[in-house]
Amino acid sequence: MSQHTVTAFEEDMSFLAHKIAEMGGHAERMMEQSVRALVENDLQLARRVVTDDLVLDEALRLIDDKSVLVIAQRQPVASDLREVFAAIRISTDLERIGDLAKNIAKRVEAINEGKHGVRLVRGIEHLCELTLAQLKEVLDAYGTLSTDKLSMIRDRDDEIDAMYTSLFRELLTYMMEDPRNITTCTHLLFCAKNIERIGDHATNIAEAVYYMVEGDRMPPYRPKDDKSHKISVEAGEGQ
Amino acid sequence: MKVDTQQGFADGTATAVAGSNEFPVKMDGKNVNVFYGDKQAIFDVNLEIRERQVTALIGPSGCGKSTYLRCLNRMNDTIESCRVTGLITMDGEDIYDPSIDVVELRARVGMVFQKPNPFPKSIFENVSYGPRIHGLARSKADLEALVEQSLRGAGLWDEVKDRLQEPGTGLSGGQQQRLCIARAIAVSPEVILMDEPCSALDPIATAIVEELIDELRQNYTIAIVTHSMQQAARVSQRTAMFHLGELVEVDDTETMFTNPSEKRTQDYITGRFG
Repeated sequence: MSQHTVTAFEEDMSFLAHKIAEMGGHAERMMEQSVRALVENDLQLARRVVTDDLVLDEALRLIDDKSVLVIAQRQPVASDLREVFAAIRISTDLERIGDLAKNIAKRVEAINEGKHGVRLVRGIEHLCELTLAQLKEVLDAYGTLSTDKLSMIRDRDDEIDAMYTSLFRELLTYMMEDPRNITTCTHLLFCAKNIERIGDHATNIAEAVYYMVEGDRMPPYRPKDDKSHKISVEAGEGQ
Repeated sequence: MKVDTQQGFADGTATAVAGSNEFPVKMDGKNVNVFYGDKQAIFDVNLEIRERQVTALIGPSGCGKSTYLRCLNRMNDTIESCRVTGLITMDGEDIYDPSIDVVELRARVGMVFQKPNPFPKSIFENVSYGPRIHGLARSKADLEALVEQSLRGAGLWDEVKDRLQEPGTGLSGGQQQRLCIARAIAVSPEVILMDEPCSALDPIATAIVEELIDELRQNYTIAIVTHSMQQAARVSQRTAMFHLGELVEVDDTETMFTNPSEKRTQDYITGRFG
């Protein structure tokens, strides 16, 4: 698209786009590193993820300030308005993703003390890979302004939910097998929940990008498949 | 509050506002071309002005929006070299038909200009002049009532009721513009054309006129030319975008300012033109 006549407006808009791209890359990295720290018992890496979160908080503040200023000074309309609106929404989602990754990193120490076996974290690792791929794809879509894959990406969130549900069952089984697993597994359960939530944020971003590009809502709502809230322990199960 | 995901909120707040398609067409232009001598200013424009709606005409300078507006009450007749072809109707009647009385047409289609242009007479005279020459008031009392009603309609009555005999030119710019609106509505027009009515006004006076436009919409059909995108977005229900004498697109204002179909509209309203 051609440039704005007012150069400063153009600069404001590209500032927003750049910051979102930066935040996206940062959030991805935080998530990937938090799970790696968990799998590899790497406390140092975990601590770095925790401090890294400040970068996202600061970026969110900058985007908020710039967006408010752009609205006040330029009264953006049409595609500009949708871009500013998307920047506000997406930055909020990315900041939350950072918080969730930080929360995973914070748990590494506690999980480490429990000396978990590899099998306990395998599921988390896999869930993370799937979610990270989702996040990467929506951020690519933001960068390239392409919406062809977005509804597919959003619908794939069901896979994450389904995997989370099965992970929930699995961790429950370990806890019932041996009560000494309870501390570790509870932490892991929170980690899994965090990752599942990151998937939801990726879905939000997909919807925001779709609106930004198309000026319309993404077609119909998908069914939710996180059934973990229905899981209960029946008498005799797991014995 | 009960929320139904398919229907929106139970009180209907989340459901779409009824489209302006439901309003009947008041004035309709079909294949309108306008020439100034050899130079063509408007090319094959088809544009409907709907009843009790505000239609905003936007576009860069020289795009033909004012020229089109002036076709709607045959103001262009006063320019000798100007020639209009195509069909413009009001309530289905051709306004360029030889049988049409232009003076009567301009009473039905009033106009407010960019710069407030009160007559160099009293406030009362400014408003009463039109009704008098059109014979709309039978008695002095009738005329006084009509003046009051018009000034009230233009939101000016309380400010001028004690000085109706003072010259209209002594009012502030914003008041003068409202006086011109009062003058326009005094002859009970059906349509009011406004050519950048707020461009000479400060923000407060602009806000008052915009508020007035929104009230006038209940009883009149309004077409407004404006250079302010925000004003078009605020006051109109339909927006028509002109460029180089062509009508680029016309749509509900909401759509035009959030998701316009045409690239030229997009580029113009976001400040990317040329």
